[in-house]
Amino acid sequence: MTADYVEWLRREGRIVIVGASLAGRRAAETLRAEGFAGELTLIGDEPYEPYDRPPLSKSVLLGMASPHHTELPHRREIDAKWRLGVAATGLDLTAKRVRLADGDEVEYDRLLIATGVRARPWPKEEEARLDGVCLLRTRDDAADLYRRLKAGPRRVFVIGAGFAGSEVASACREMGLPVTVAERAGAPLVGALGGVVGAVAADLQTENGVDLRTHVTVTALEGDPAGRVRAVHLSDESVVEADVVVVSLGSLRNTEWLDGSGLGAGPRGIACDAGCRAFDFRGIVTDDVFVAGDVARSPHALFGYQFLSLEHWGNAVAQAETAAHNMICHGVDRRPHLWMPAFWSSMFGVNIKSVGVPPMGEEIMITQGSLAERRFVGVYGYQGRIVAAVSFDNTRWLEFYQAQIERGAPFPVEFTTMDRRPENRQPLPAGFPDPSLPTHGPTVTLSGYSPADQQLVFHPARH
Amino acid sequence: MRLVVDLNKCQGYAQCAFLAPDVFALHGDESLIYNPRADDDQRERVARAVAACPVQAITADAVDRAAGVREASDDR
Ligand SMILES: Cc1cc2nc3c(=O)[nH]c(=O)nc-3n(C[C@H](O)[C@H](O)[C@H](O)COP(=O)(O)OP(=O)(O)OC[C@H]3O[C@@H](n4cnc5c(N)ncnc54)[C@H](O)[C@@H]3O)c2cc1C
Ligand code: SF4
Repeated sequence: MTADYVEWLRREGRIVIVGASLAGRRAAETLRAEGFAGELTLIGDEPYEPYDRPPLSKSVLLGMASPHHTELPHRREIDAKWRLGVAATGLDLTAKRVRLADGDEVEYDRLLIATGVRARPWPKEEEARLDGVCLLRTRDDAADLYRRLKAGPRRVFVIGAGFAGSEVASACREMGLPVTVAERAGAPLVGALGGVVGAVAADLQTENGVDLRTHVTVTALEGDPAGRVRAVHLSDESVVEADVVVVSLGSLRNTEWLDGSGLGAGPRGIACDAGCRAFDFRGIVTDDVFVAGDVARSPHALFGYQFLSLEHWGNAVAQAETAAHNMICHGVDRRPHLWMPAFWSSMFGVNIKSVGVPPMGEEIMITQGSLAERRFVGVYGYQGRIVAAVSFDNTRWLEFYQAQIERGAPFPVEFTTMDRRPENRQPLPAGFPDPSLPTHGPTVTLSGYSPADQQLVFHPARH
Repeated sequence: MRLVVDLNKCQGYAQCAFLAPDVFALHGDESLIYNPRADDDQRERVARAVAACPVQAITADAVDRAAGVREASDDR
Protein backbone atom coordinates (compact mmCIF):
# COMPACT_ATOMS: atom_id res chain seq x y z
CA MET A 1 0.00 0.00 0.00
CA THR A 2 1.42 3.35 -0.91
CA ALA A 3 1.48 6.37 1.32
CA ASP A 4 -0.46 8.24 -1.33
CA TYR A 5 -3.34 5.83 -1.01
CA VAL A 6 -3.67 6.52 2.70
CA GLU A 7 -3.53 10.27 2.11
CA TRP A 8 -6.18 9.96 -0.55
CA LEU A 9 -8.33 7.71 1.64
CA ARG A 10 -8.21 10.14 4.53
CA ARG A 11 -9.16 13.03 2.28
CA GLU A 12 -11.85 11.63 0.06
CA GLY A 13 -12.17 7.87 0.50
CA ARG A 14 -15.40 6.08 1.33
CA ILE A 15 -15.70 4.22 4.62
CA VAL A 16 -18.70 2.05 5.34
CA ILE A 17 -19.55 0.71 8.80
CA VAL A 18 -22.01 -2.17 9.02
CA GLY A 19 -23.62 -2.43 12.46
CA ALA A 20 -24.77 0.83 13.99
CA SER A 21 -24.43 0.23 17.69
CA LEU A 22 -21.75 0.79 20.32
CA ALA A 23 -18.75 -0.28 18.23
CA GLY A 24 -20.09 1.36 15.06
CA ARG A 25 -20.77 4.72 16.67
CA ARG A 26 -17.46 4.88 18.55
CA ALA A 27 -15.52 3.88 15.43
CA ALA A 28 -17.20 6.62 13.41
CA GLU A 29 -16.31 9.19 16.06
CA THR A 30 -12.70 8.05 16.13
CA LEU A 31 -12.44 8.24 12.34
CA ARG A 32 -13.57 11.85 12.40
CA ALA A 33 -11.48 12.71 15.45
CA GLU A 34 -8.40 11.41 13.65
CA GLY A 35 -9.07 13.50 10.61
CA PHE A 36 -10.98 11.29 8.21
CA ALA A 37 -12.68 13.77 5.85
CA GLY A 38 -14.17 11.40 3.29
CA GLU A 39 -17.60 9.87 3.02
CA LEU A 40 -18.85 7.88 5.99
CA THR A 41 -21.88 5.58 5.86
CA LEU A 42 -23.38 3.69 8.79
CA ILE A 43 -25.68 0.77 8.07
CA GLY A 44 -27.80 -0.71 10.84
CA ASP A 45 -30.76 -3.05 10.78
CA GLU A 46 -32.32 -1.63 13.91
CA PRO A 47 -34.44 1.45 13.25
CA TYR A 48 -32.79 3.38 16.08
CA GLU A 49 -29.70 5.47 16.41
CA PRO A 50 -27.00 3.68 18.44
CA TYR A 51 -28.06 3.01 22.02
CA ASP A 52 -26.50 1.40 25.03
CA ARG A 53 -27.47 -2.15 26.00
CA PRO A 54 -26.17 -2.76 29.55
CA PRO A 55 -28.85 -0.55 31.13
CA LEU A 56 -31.55 -2.68 29.45
CA SER A 57 -31.16 -5.43 32.04
CA LYS A 58 -30.40 -3.06 34.91
CA SER A 59 -31.78 0.50 35.25
CA VAL A 60 -34.50 -0.18 32.68
CA LEU A 61 -35.93 -3.22 34.44
CA LEU A 62 -35.59 -1.42 37.77
CA GLY A 63 -37.71 1.41 36.37
CA MET A 64 -34.97 4.01 36.63
CA ALA A 65 -34.62 4.55 32.89
CA SER A 66 -36.95 4.30 29.95
CA PRO A 67 -36.11 1.51 27.49
CA HIS A 68 -36.57 4.04 24.71
CA HIS A 69 -34.00 6.39 26.14
CA THR A 70 -30.62 4.75 26.27
CA GLU A 71 -29.13 6.36 23.16
CA LEU A 72 -25.39 6.78 23.43
CA PRO A 73 -24.10 10.28 24.07
CA HIS A 74 -22.30 11.77 21.13
CA ARG A 75 -18.63 12.35 21.69
CA ARG A 76 -18.54 14.45 18.55
CA GLU A 77 -20.43 15.12 15.33
CA ILE A 78 -19.75 12.45 12.76
CA ASP A 79 -21.38 13.84 9.64
CA ALA A 80 -22.40 10.43 8.35
CA LYS A 81 -24.98 9.01 6.00
CA TRP A 82 -27.22 6.80 8.06
CA ARG A 83 -28.96 3.78 6.60
CA LEU A 84 -31.00 2.66 9.57
CA GLY A 85 -33.64 -0.06 9.58
CA VAL A 86 -32.00 -1.85 6.68
CA ALA A 87 -29.80 -4.94 7.01
CA ALA A 88 -26.68 -5.67 5.04
CA THR A 89 -27.32 -8.94 3.22
CA GLY A 90 -24.12 -9.59 1.35
CA LEU A 91 -20.55 -8.58 0.73
CA ASP A 92 -18.62 -8.60 -2.53
CA LEU A 93 -14.98 -8.44 -1.53
CA THR A 94 -13.68 -8.04 -5.06
CA ALA A 95 -16.01 -5.28 -6.14
CA LYS A 96 -15.86 -3.76 -2.61
CA ARG A 97 -19.59 -3.52 -2.20
CA VAL A 98 -22.09 -4.17 0.55
CA ARG A 99 -25.52 -5.38 -0.55
CA LEU A 100 -28.54 -4.17 1.39
CA ALA A 101 -31.89 -5.78 2.09
CA ASP A 102 -33.68 -3.07 0.12
CA GLY A 103 -31.72 -3.96 -3.02
CA ASP A 104 -29.28 -1.08 -2.79
CA GLU A 105 -25.53 -1.53 -2.93
CA VAL A 106 -22.98 0.62 -1.15
CA GLU A 107 -19.40 0.85 -2.35
CA TYR A 108 -16.52 1.26 0.03
CA ASP A 109 -12.81 1.78 0.00
CA ARG A 110 -12.58 0.46 3.55
CA LEU A 111 -15.20 -1.46 5.48
CA LEU A 112 -15.72 -1.96 9.20
CA ILE A 113 -17.90 -4.85 10.31
CA ALA A 114 -19.49 -4.39 13.73
CA THR A 115 -22.63 -6.49 13.49
CA GLY A 116 -22.39 -7.87 17.02
CA VAL A 117 -24.45 -10.75 18.29
CA ARG A 118 -28.13 -11.46 18.81
CA ALA A 119 -29.91 -13.38 21.54
CA ARG A 120 -30.11 -17.12 20.93
CA PRO A 121 -33.83 -17.82 20.54
CA TRP A 122 -35.73 -20.74 22.06
CA PRO A 123 -34.95 -23.51 19.57
CA LYS A 124 -38.51 -24.82 19.09
CA GLU A 125 -40.02 -22.17 16.86
CA GLU A 126 -43.66 -22.81 17.64
CA GLU A 127 -43.01 -22.57 21.37
CA ALA A 128 -40.81 -19.52 20.89
CA ARG A 129 -43.76 -17.73 19.28
CA LEU A 130 -46.01 -18.16 22.33
CA ASP A 131 -47.11 -14.87 23.82
CA GLY A 132 -45.03 -14.20 26.92
CA VAL A 133 -41.81 -15.84 25.68
CA CYS A 134 -39.20 -13.05 25.67
CA LEU A 135 -35.61 -12.38 24.74
CA LEU A 136 -33.45 -9.50 25.96
CA ARG A 137 -30.99 -7.94 23.54
CA THR A 138 -32.64 -4.92 21.92
CA ARG A 139 -34.48 -1.96 23.30
CA ASP A 140 -37.73 -3.33 21.88
CA ASP A 141 -37.10 -6.53 23.82
CA ALA A 142 -36.51 -4.49 26.98
CA ALA A 143 -39.65 -2.40 26.49
CA ASP A 144 -41.70 -5.56 26.00
CA LEU A 145 -40.22 -7.34 29.02
CA TYR A 146 -40.58 -4.29 31.25
CA ARG A 147 -44.24 -3.93 30.29
CA ARG A 148 -44.88 -7.58 31.08
CA LEU A 149 -43.12 -7.42 34.44
CA LYS A 150 -45.02 -4.26 35.36
CA ALA A 151 -48.27 -6.05 34.63
CA GLY A 152 -47.54 -8.33 37.59
CA PRO A 153 -47.25 -11.85 36.18
CA ARG A 154 -47.90 -14.71 38.61
CA ARG A 155 -44.44 -16.13 37.95
CA VAL A 156 -41.50 -15.37 35.70
CA PHE A 157 -39.37 -18.22 34.40
CA VAL A 158 -35.79 -17.52 33.31
CA ILE A 159 -34.05 -20.11 31.13
CA GLY A 160 -30.29 -19.85 31.60
CA ALA A 161 -28.39 -18.35 34.55
CA GLY A 162 -25.66 -16.41 32.81
CA PHE A 163 -25.21 -12.71 33.52
CA ALA A 164 -28.26 -11.54 31.60
CA GLY A 165 -30.56 -14.21 33.04
CA SER A 166 -29.32 -13.58 36.56
CA GLU A 167 -29.78 -9.82 36.19
CA VAL A 168 -33.36 -10.39 35.04
CA ALA A 169 -34.01 -12.66 38.03
CA SER A 170 -32.58 -9.99 40.31
CA ALA A 171 -34.85 -7.31 38.84
CA CYS A 172 -37.88 -9.60 39.24
CA ARG A 173 -37.14 -10.11 42.91
CA GLU A 174 -36.78 -6.41 43.39
CA MET A 175 -40.20 -5.94 41.84
CA GLY A 176 -41.51 -8.57 44.24
CA LEU A 177 -42.24 -11.07 41.48
CA PRO A 178 -41.92 -14.82 41.99
CA VAL A 179 -39.20 -16.11 39.70
CA THR A 180 -37.79 -19.51 38.79
CA VAL A 181 -34.38 -19.85 37.15
CA ALA A 182 -33.31 -23.03 35.34
CA GLU A 183 -29.67 -23.75 34.55
CA ARG A 184 -28.11 -26.77 32.89
CA ALA A 185 -24.86 -26.39 34.84
CA GLY A 186 -24.52 -26.76 38.59
CA ALA A 187 -24.80 -23.06 39.44
CA PRO A 188 -25.37 -19.60 37.91
CA LEU A 189 -22.45 -17.93 36.11
CA VAL A 190 -20.31 -21.11 35.97
CA GLY A 191 -19.57 -20.67 32.27
CA ALA A 192 -18.11 -17.24 32.90
CA LEU A 193 -16.67 -17.53 36.42
CA GLY A 194 -16.46 -21.23 37.31
CA GLY A 195 -18.05 -23.36 40.01
CA VAL A 196 -16.38 -21.82 43.08
CA VAL A 197 -17.77 -18.38 42.33
CA GLY A 198 -20.92 -19.92 40.86
CA ALA A 199 -21.75 -21.38 44.27
CA VAL A 200 -21.73 -17.87 45.73
CA ALA A 201 -24.02 -16.69 42.94
CA ALA A 202 -26.34 -19.61 43.71
CA ASP A 203 -26.57 -18.61 47.39
CA LEU A 204 -27.24 -15.04 46.37
CA GLN A 205 -30.18 -16.13 44.27
CA THR A 206 -31.76 -18.51 46.73
CA GLU A 207 -31.36 -16.12 49.66
CA ASN A 208 -33.11 -13.47 47.63
CA GLY A 209 -36.04 -15.75 47.06
CA VAL A 210 -35.27 -17.06 43.58
CA ASP A 211 -36.48 -20.60 42.96
CA LEU A 212 -33.19 -21.80 41.45
CA ARG A 213 -33.12 -25.15 39.65
CA THR A 214 -29.71 -26.40 38.56
CA HIS A 215 -28.60 -29.47 36.61
CA VAL A 216 -31.85 -29.29 34.67
CA THR A 217 -32.84 -28.29 31.18
CA VAL A 218 -36.12 -27.00 29.89
CA THR A 219 -37.72 -29.57 27.63
CA ALA A 220 -40.86 -27.76 26.50
CA LEU A 221 -42.87 -24.58 26.82
CA GLU A 222 -46.58 -25.12 27.08
CA GLY A 223 -49.17 -22.66 25.79
CA ASP A 224 -52.86 -22.18 26.51
CA PRO A 225 -55.51 -22.28 23.78
CA ALA A 226 -55.12 -18.52 23.25
CA GLY A 227 -51.42 -18.94 22.43
CA ARG A 228 -50.06 -17.56 25.70
CA VAL A 229 -47.31 -19.40 27.52
CA ARG A 230 -48.56 -20.97 30.72
CA ALA A 231 -46.06 -23.61 31.88
CA VAL A 232 -42.49 -24.79 31.56
CA HIS A 233 -41.53 -28.45 31.49
CA LEU A 234 -38.16 -29.51 32.87
CA SER A 235 -35.91 -32.50 32.32
CA ASP A 236 -36.49 -33.67 35.91
CA GLU A 237 -40.16 -34.03 34.93
CA SER A 238 -41.28 -31.11 37.01
CA VAL A 239 -43.64 -28.52 35.55
CA VAL A 240 -43.60 -24.87 36.59
CA GLU A 241 -46.48 -22.55 35.82
CA ALA A 242 -45.33 -19.19 34.54
CA ASP A 243 -46.79 -16.47 32.36
CA VAL A 244 -43.53 -14.79 31.34
CA VAL A 245 -40.56 -16.86 30.12
CA VAL A 246 -37.25 -15.12 29.52
CA VAL A 247 -34.98 -17.09 27.20
CA SER A 248 -31.41 -16.27 28.18
CA LEU A 249 -29.32 -18.84 26.40
CA GLY A 250 -26.39 -16.77 25.27
CA SER A 251 -25.97 -15.38 21.81
CA LEU A 252 -25.42 -16.01 18.13
CA ARG A 253 -22.97 -13.99 16.08
CA ASN A 254 -24.41 -11.94 13.25
CA THR A 255 -22.27 -13.35 10.45
CA GLU A 256 -24.78 -15.13 8.20
CA TRP A 257 -24.88 -12.16 5.86
CA LEU A 258 -21.23 -12.88 5.04
CA ASP A 259 -21.84 -16.47 3.91
CA GLY A 260 -20.14 -17.03 0.62
CA SER A 261 -18.29 -13.72 0.77
CA GLY A 262 -14.93 -15.39 1.29
CA LEU A 263 -14.31 -13.80 4.69
CA GLY A 264 -13.21 -15.97 7.62
CA ALA A 265 -16.63 -15.59 9.22
CA GLY A 266 -18.77 -18.20 10.90
CA PRO A 267 -20.71 -19.10 14.02
CA ARG A 268 -17.79 -18.12 16.23
CA GLY A 269 -17.45 -14.68 14.74
CA ILE A 270 -15.10 -13.07 12.29
CA ALA A 271 -11.43 -13.86 12.72
CA CYS A 272 -9.09 -10.89 12.52
CA ASP A 273 -5.49 -10.07 13.34
CA ALA A 274 -4.52 -8.01 16.36
CA GLY A 275 -4.80 -4.93 14.14
CA CYS A 276 -8.53 -5.69 13.60
CA ARG A 277 -8.04 -6.64 9.94
CA ALA A 278 -10.36 -9.49 8.94
CA PHE A 279 -8.99 -12.79 7.68
CA ASP A 280 -10.40 -14.33 4.59
CA PHE A 281 -11.39 -17.99 4.73
CA ARG A 282 -7.91 -19.03 3.62
CA GLY A 283 -6.42 -17.35 6.69
CA ILE A 284 -4.96 -14.50 4.68
CA VAL A 285 -5.39 -11.08 6.15
CA THR A 286 -7.40 -8.56 4.14
CA ASP A 287 -6.38 -4.97 4.14
CA ASP A 288 -9.67 -3.25 3.47
CA VAL A 289 -11.99 -5.04 5.83
CA PHE A 290 -11.82 -4.45 9.57
CA VAL A 291 -13.80 -5.93 12.45
CA ALA A 292 -14.71 -4.72 15.95
CA GLY A 293 -16.92 -5.54 18.90
CA ASP A 294 -18.86 -8.65 19.87
CA VAL A 295 -18.65 -10.15 16.38
CA ALA A 296 -14.84 -10.10 16.23
CA ARG A 297 -12.42 -12.72 17.44
CA SER A 298 -8.80 -11.79 17.62
CA PRO A 299 -5.57 -13.24 18.99
CA HIS A 300 -4.23 -11.89 22.26
CA ALA A 301 -0.56 -12.14 23.16
CA LEU A 302 -1.23 -12.24 26.90
CA PHE A 303 -3.51 -15.23 26.55
CA GLY A 304 -1.38 -17.54 24.46
CA TYR A 305 -2.40 -15.92 21.16
CA GLN A 306 -5.71 -17.70 21.39
CA PHE A 307 -8.56 -16.07 19.55
CA LEU A 308 -10.76 -14.23 22.00
CA SER A 309 -14.36 -13.37 21.34
CA LEU A 310 -15.52 -11.00 24.04
CA GLU A 311 -19.08 -9.92 24.57
CA HIS A 312 -17.94 -7.00 26.65
CA TRP A 313 -18.90 -3.36 26.42
CA GLY A 314 -15.39 -2.09 27.05
CA ASN A 315 -13.96 -4.34 24.37
CA ALA A 316 -16.41 -3.01 21.79
CA VAL A 317 -15.31 0.56 22.55
CA ALA A 318 -11.58 -0.14 22.61
CA GLN A 319 -11.59 -2.37 19.55
CA ALA A 320 -13.67 0.12 17.59
CA GLU A 321 -11.19 2.87 18.40
CA THR A 322 -8.24 0.74 17.37
CA ALA A 323 -9.92 -0.49 14.19
CA ALA A 324 -10.85 3.06 13.20
CA HIS A 325 -7.34 4.30 13.86
CA ASN A 326 -5.79 1.48 11.84
CA MET A 327 -8.21 1.98 8.97
CA ILE A 328 -6.83 5.38 8.13
CA CYS A 329 -3.15 5.23 8.93
CA HIS A 330 0.07 3.89 7.47
CA GLY A 331 1.22 0.38 8.32
CA VAL A 332 3.91 1.47 10.75
CA ASP A 333 1.47 3.60 12.75
CA ARG A 334 -0.98 0.79 13.31
CA ARG A 335 -1.73 -0.35 16.84
CA PRO A 336 -2.62 -3.82 18.09
CA HIS A 337 -5.85 -4.35 19.99
CA LEU A 338 -4.44 -5.88 23.15
CA TRP A 339 -7.09 -4.64 25.51
CA MET A 340 -7.30 -6.25 28.90
CA PRO A 341 -10.67 -8.01 28.97
CA ALA A 342 -12.92 -6.53 31.65
CA PHE A 343 -16.60 -6.44 32.42
CA TRP A 344 -19.05 -5.67 35.17
CA SER A 345 -22.44 -6.89 36.21
CA SER A 346 -24.64 -6.24 39.17
CA MET A 347 -27.30 -8.42 40.68
CA PHE A 348 -29.06 -8.63 44.03
CA GLY A 349 -27.23 -5.49 45.09
CA VAL A 350 -23.78 -7.00 44.54
CA ASN A 351 -21.25 -5.44 42.19
CA ILE A 352 -19.45 -8.10 40.16
CA LYS A 353 -16.40 -7.23 38.10
CA SER A 354 -13.75 -9.16 36.34
CA VAL A 355 -10.47 -8.57 34.51
CA GLY A 356 -8.58 -11.00 32.34
CA VAL A 357 -10.00 -14.27 31.05
CA PRO A 358 -11.47 -16.31 33.92
CA PRO A 359 -12.54 -19.31 31.78
CA MET A 360 -8.89 -19.87 30.99
CA GLY A 361 -8.19 -20.47 34.69
CA GLU A 362 -7.69 -23.95 36.08
CA GLU A 363 -7.50 -22.89 39.69
CA ILE A 364 -8.74 -20.06 41.84
CA MET A 365 -7.46 -18.49 45.06
CA ILE A 366 -9.50 -16.16 47.19
CA THR A 367 -6.94 -13.47 47.93
CA GLN A 368 -9.13 -11.02 49.79
CA GLY A 369 -12.30 -11.24 51.80
CA SER A 370 -14.28 -14.44 51.85
CA LEU A 371 -16.80 -16.30 49.76
CA ALA A 372 -19.12 -16.59 52.74
CA GLU A 373 -19.35 -12.81 53.11
CA ARG A 374 -19.80 -12.39 49.36
CA ARG A 375 -17.18 -9.72 49.43
CA PHE A 376 -13.97 -11.04 47.94
CA VAL A 377 -11.42 -11.10 45.18
CA GLY A 378 -10.74 -14.39 43.44
CA VAL A 379 -7.61 -14.84 41.32
CA TYR A 380 -7.51 -17.38 38.51
CA GLY A 381 -4.34 -19.25 37.57
CA TYR A 382 -3.32 -21.10 34.46
CA GLN A 383 -0.02 -22.90 34.01
CA GLY A 384 1.68 -21.08 36.85
CA ARG A 385 0.54 -17.56 36.18
CA ILE A 386 -2.34 -15.24 36.93
CA VAL A 387 -4.78 -14.91 34.04
CA ALA A 388 -7.83 -13.26 35.62
CA ALA A 389 -9.41 -11.86 38.74
CA VAL A 390 -13.01 -11.42 39.79
CA SER A 391 -14.37 -9.21 42.53
CA PHE A 392 -17.66 -9.24 44.40
CA ASP A 393 -18.13 -5.79 46.00
CA ASN A 394 -14.40 -5.19 45.96
CA THR A 395 -13.90 -3.22 42.78
CA ARG A 396 -11.13 -0.95 44.02
CA TRP A 397 -8.66 -3.80 44.02
CA LEU A 398 -9.07 -4.89 40.45
CA GLU A 399 -6.60 -2.41 39.07
CA PHE A 400 -3.91 -4.01 41.18
CA TYR A 401 -4.76 -7.46 39.83
CA GLN A 402 -4.88 -6.16 36.30
CA ALA A 403 -1.26 -5.12 36.67
CA GLN A 404 -0.44 -8.60 37.97
CA ILE A 405 -2.03 -10.20 34.91
CA GLU A 406 -0.22 -7.81 32.60
CA ARG A 407 3.13 -8.80 33.95
CA GLY A 408 2.34 -12.51 34.04
CA ALA A 409 2.72 -12.71 37.82
CA PRO A 410 3.10 -16.24 39.22
CA PHE A 411 0.24 -18.37 40.47
CA PRO A 412 -0.38 -19.57 43.20
CA VAL A 413 -0.06 -16.02 44.49
CA GLU A 414 2.40 -15.45 47.25
CA PHE A 415 1.99 -11.76 47.97
CA THR A 416 0.14 -10.80 51.09
CA THR A 417 -2.86 -8.59 50.72
CA MET A 418 -5.12 -6.69 53.00
CA ASP A 419 -8.00 -8.69 54.28
CA ARG A 420 -6.44 -12.06 53.39
CA ARG A 421 -7.91 -14.91 55.42
CA PRO A 422 -5.93 -17.92 56.65
CA GLU A 423 -8.37 -20.35 55.01
CA ASN A 424 -7.54 -18.85 51.62
CA ARG A 425 -3.91 -19.89 51.33
CA GLN A 426 -4.52 -22.81 48.98
CA PRO A 427 -5.70 -22.73 45.38
CA LEU A 428 -8.88 -24.64 44.54
CA PRO A 429 -9.98 -26.09 41.22
CA ALA A 430 -11.87 -23.23 39.55
CA GLY A 431 -14.68 -25.54 38.48
CA PHE A 432 -15.35 -24.61 34.87
CA PRO A 433 -17.61 -27.04 33.10
CA ASP A 434 -16.26 -29.20 30.30
CA PRO A 435 -16.24 -26.78 27.35
CA SER A 436 -17.73 -29.41 25.08
CA LEU A 437 -20.92 -29.39 27.15
CA PRO A 438 -23.27 -26.57 26.29
CA THR A 439 -24.25 -24.22 29.10
CA HIS A 440 -26.02 -20.88 28.77
CA GLY A 441 -22.85 -19.74 26.99
CA PRO A 442 -19.98 -17.79 28.52
CA THR A 443 -19.39 -14.23 27.41
CA VAL A 444 -15.80 -15.00 26.57
CA THR A 445 -15.00 -17.67 24.04
CA LEU A 446 -11.53 -19.01 23.53
CA SER A 447 -11.26 -20.67 20.22
CA GLY A 448 -8.78 -21.89 17.74
CA TYR A 449 -9.23 -22.57 14.08
CA SER A 450 -12.31 -24.48 13.07
CA PRO A 451 -12.78 -25.72 9.52
CA ALA A 452 -16.51 -25.97 10.25
CA ASP A 453 -16.66 -22.18 10.34
CA GLN A 454 -16.61 -21.97 6.57
CA GLN A 455 -17.64 -25.48 5.61
CA LEU A 456 -14.18 -25.44 4.09
CA VAL A 457 -12.81 -28.53 2.38
CA PHE A 458 -9.14 -28.89 3.12
CA HIS A 459 -6.94 -30.03 0.24
CA PRO A 460 -3.32 -30.58 1.24
CA ALA A 461 -0.94 -28.90 -1.17
CA ARG A 462 0.65 -31.23 -3.70
CA HIS A 463 4.29 -30.68 -4.45
CA MET B 1 -29.34 14.82 27.64
CA ARG B 2 -27.74 11.48 26.97
CA LEU B 3 -25.06 10.01 29.21
CA VAL B 4 -23.22 6.79 29.75
CA VAL B 5 -20.98 5.55 32.55
CA ASP B 6 -18.06 3.27 31.82
CA LEU B 7 -18.66 0.91 34.69
CA ASN B 8 -15.35 -0.83 34.10
CA LYS B 9 -13.71 2.39 35.23
CA CYS B 10 -16.22 3.37 37.91
CA GLN B 11 -14.95 2.74 41.43
CA GLY B 12 -18.21 3.43 43.17
CA TYR B 13 -16.96 6.49 44.98
CA ALA B 14 -20.47 7.95 44.63
CA GLN B 15 -19.34 11.48 43.89
CA CYS B 16 -21.83 11.57 41.04
CA ALA B 17 -24.66 10.29 43.22
CA PHE B 18 -23.87 13.04 45.70
CA LEU B 19 -23.86 15.77 43.06
CA ALA B 20 -26.78 14.57 40.92
CA PRO B 21 -28.87 12.22 43.05
CA ASP B 22 -31.77 12.20 40.60
CA VAL B 23 -29.57 10.75 37.88
CA PHE B 24 -27.07 8.50 39.67
CA ALA B 25 -27.65 6.18 42.60
CA LEU B 26 -25.75 3.47 44.36
CA HIS B 27 -27.53 0.16 44.36
CA GLY B 28 -26.14 -1.94 47.15
CA ASP B 29 -22.69 -1.10 48.49
CA GLU B 30 -20.90 -0.56 45.20
CA SER B 31 -23.09 -0.86 42.13
CA LEU B 32 -23.93 2.33 40.34
CA ILE B 33 -27.15 2.64 38.42
CA TYR B 34 -28.11 5.71 36.47
CA ASN B 35 -30.65 7.19 34.13
CA PRO B 36 -28.96 7.40 30.72
CA ARG B 37 -31.35 10.13 29.59
CA ALA B 38 -31.23 12.76 32.29
CA ASP B 39 -33.82 15.53 32.31
CA ASP B 40 -32.59 18.79 30.92
CA ASP B 41 -32.97 20.53 34.25
CA GLN B 42 -30.24 18.18 35.52
CA ARG B 43 -27.72 19.54 33.02
CA GLU B 44 -25.78 21.63 35.54
CA ARG B 45 -25.62 18.84 38.08
CA VAL B 46 -24.57 16.25 35.51
CA ALA B 47 -21.85 18.59 34.29
CA ARG B 48 -20.56 18.83 37.83
CA ALA B 49 -20.69 15.05 38.23
CA VAL B 50 -18.75 14.57 34.99
CA ALA B 51 -16.09 16.95 36.25
CA ALA B 52 -15.97 15.46 39.74
CA CYS B 53 -15.75 11.77 38.85
CA PRO B 54 -12.26 10.81 40.01
CA VAL B 55 -11.82 8.25 37.23
CA GLN B 56 -13.52 10.17 34.40
CA ALA B 57 -16.02 7.41 33.89
CA ILE B 58 -18.97 9.55 32.80
CA THR B 59 -19.49 10.66 29.20
CA ALA B 60 -22.34 13.04 28.51
CA ASP B 61 -23.45 14.99 25.49
CA ALA B 62 -21.82 18.36 25.10
CA VAL B 63 -20.85 18.90 28.72
CA ASP B 64 -17.45 17.45 27.92
CA ARG B 65 -16.95 20.44 25.72
CA ALA B 66 -15.72 23.72 27.10
CA ALA B 67 -18.92 25.74 26.99
CA GLY B 68 -21.20 23.02 28.23
CA VAL B 69 -24.22 24.94 26.98
CA ARG B 70 -25.07 23.42 23.66
CA GLU B 71 -26.24 19.85 23.41
CA ALA B 72 -24.75 18.00 20.49
CA SER B 73 -27.34 18.16 17.77
CA ASP B 74 -28.71 14.95 16.46
CA ASP B 75 -26.40 14.47 13.54
CA ARG B 76 -28.41 11.78 11.86
C1 LIG C 1 -29.08 -6.79 28.26
C2 LIG C 1 -27.59 -6.65 28.09
C3 LIG C 1 -26.79 -6.33 29.18
C4 LIG C 1 -25.41 -6.18 29.03
N1 LIG C 1 -24.66 -5.87 30.13
C5 LIG C 1 -23.32 -5.76 30.02
C6 LIG C 1 -22.52 -5.47 31.16
O1 LIG C 1 -23.03 -5.31 32.26
N2 LIG C 1 -21.17 -5.38 30.99
C7 LIG C 1 -20.57 -5.56 29.77
O2 LIG C 1 -19.33 -5.47 29.68
N3 LIG C 1 -21.31 -5.83 28.67
C8 LIG C 1 -22.67 -5.94 28.77
N4 LIG C 1 -23.42 -6.23 27.66
C9 LIG C 1 -22.73 -6.46 26.37
C10 LIG C 1 -22.56 -5.19 25.55
O3 LIG C 1 -23.79 -4.54 25.41
C11 LIG C 1 -21.99 -5.57 24.18
O4 LIG C 1 -20.68 -6.05 24.39
C12 LIG C 1 -21.97 -4.41 23.19
O5 LIG C 1 -23.27 -3.99 22.91
C13 LIG C 1 -21.26 -4.81 21.90
O6 LIG C 1 -21.37 -3.80 20.95
P1 LIG C 1 -21.28 -4.09 19.39
O7 LIG C 1 -21.44 -2.75 18.75
O8 LIG C 1 -20.09 -4.89 19.10
O9 LIG C 1 -22.48 -5.05 19.04
P2 LIG C 1 -24.05 -4.86 19.18
O10 LIG C 1 -24.38 -3.95 20.29
O11 LIG C 1 -24.62 -6.24 19.20
O12 LIG C 1 -24.47 -4.13 17.83
C14 LIG C 1 -24.48 -4.71 16.58
C15 LIG C 1 -25.51 -3.99 15.74
O13 LIG C 1 -25.43 -4.45 14.40
C16 LIG C 1 -26.72 -4.73 13.91
N5 LIG C 1 -26.66 -5.70 12.83
C17 LIG C 1 -26.47 -7.04 12.92
N6 LIG C 1 -26.44 -7.62 11.69
C18 LIG C 1 -26.61 -6.62 10.80
C19 LIG C 1 -26.66 -6.57 9.38
N7 LIG C 1 -26.52 -7.66 8.63
N8 LIG C 1 -26.85 -5.37 8.79
C20 LIG C 1 -26.97 -4.24 9.53
N9 LIG C 1 -26.91 -4.23 10.87
C21 LIG C 1 -26.74 -5.40 11.50
C22 LIG C 1 -27.44 -5.22 15.15
O14 LIG C 1 -28.85 -5.18 15.01
C23 LIG C 1 -26.93 -4.26 16.20
O15 LIG C 1 -27.65 -3.07 16.22
C24 LIG C 1 -24.81 -6.37 27.77
C25 LIG C 1 -25.62 -6.70 26.66
C26 LIG C 1 -26.99 -6.84 26.81
C27 LIG C 1 -27.83 -7.20 25.62
S1 SF4 D 1 -18.22 9.53 40.49
FE1 SF4 D 1 -17.35 8.23 38.90
S2 SF4 D 1 -16.36 6.57 40.03
FE2 SF4 D 1 -17.72 7.59 41.45
S3 SF4 D 1 -19.62 6.41 41.36
FE3 SF4 D 1 -19.81 8.10 39.91
S4 SF4 D 1 -19.12 7.28 37.98
FE4 SF4 D 1 -18.40 5.89 39.54
